[in-house]
Amino acid sequence: MQMNNSNEAKIQLNGDPYQINSGINLIQLLNKLKIQKNKVAIEVNGEIVEKKKYPSLILFKDDKVEIVHFIGGG
Amino acid sequence: MKDIFTIDKKEFSSRLIVGTGKYKNFEETANAVKASGAEIVTVAVRRVNILDKDQPLLMDYLDPKFITYLPNTAGCYSSDDALRTLRLAREMGGWKLVKLEVLGDKKTLYPNMIETIKSTEILVKEGFKVMVYCTDDPIMTKKLEDVGASAIMPLASPIGSGMGIQNKTNIKLIKEQSKTPVIVDAGIGTASDATIAMELGCDGVLINTAIAEAKNPVLMAEAMKLAVIAGRNSFKAGRMKKRDFASASSPQKNLI
Repeated sequence: MQMNNSNEAKIQLNGDPYQINSGINLIQLLNKLKIQKNKVAIEVNGEIVEKKKYPSLILFKDDKVEIVHFIGGG
Repeated sequence: MKDIFTIDKKEFSSRLIVGTGKYKNFEETANAVKASGAEIVTVAVRRVNILDKDQPLLMDYLDPKFITYLPNTAGCYSSDDALRTLRLAREMGGWKLVKLEVLGDKKTLYPNMIETIKSTEILVKEGFKVMVYCTDDPIMTKKLEDVGASAIMPLASPIGSGMGIQNKTNIKLIKEQSKTPVIVDAGIGTASDATIAMELGCDGVLINTAIAEAKNPVLMAEAMKLAVIAGRNSFKAGRMKKRDFASASSPQKNLI
């Protein structure tokens, strides 16, 4: 995987472009977003990521990240 | 005597399940849920709003430690979408008891039973306990039982229509032939509809819109709670036989 020179990378976060520091892991992304990991589930490039794998999952340019939670519904 | 309601070996005392959608705010949702006495609430899985993270969360108002969350697949029109949603829900915190609904049409929100049966089969194999929203067709509900559904949830009438039970005969047939719990889901409009569902012998009722869209949702939640209890007790008591003509209630002897 090639590192971006500026050390910044654009990912797709919940359908929108989002700027991150290339090479951060999912825990760092959640911290940056101020989201508690026990209240969400995350999918990266179509694959659900187990919570214990958050520290080892590194994000790169163009990764597609989906963060979901529970809302009211019938 | 206690009247225990069991879904997948888990015991509940309330036979009313409520949805958490369409309320004015989470405070109203929480108050209505409390008034309903429900021990299970349905919830939807959606993207976190990244731009506005300070929005209140459902979990802050309804603690999943004290009330059973039943993640649903509302808005899914294919088996793949429904499976993806429920796998994400499970990852969120170990939810295995789920509500599956695979829709077939945007106007009627009628279930696509082919995709529904296919999805149930896969989810059961993956260890999910699946409560399934379905048509009121006894052949389809039998198929769902055969593939291992934990509860059969036929519609009373289309989702959010409030038209009540359109086909009592089918709901009764489904209940009589099923070994798994039968819960009437969708279309309940008012308290008497819930009572009728329970009088037909159903194990429970799932209600969202009829409570959320009432002028006073909290009071309607309480009405639904009482309606479900009334219907259940009436079913267990066994109603009188209908007659073609009158039968006087006071003795006819010793009239003055």
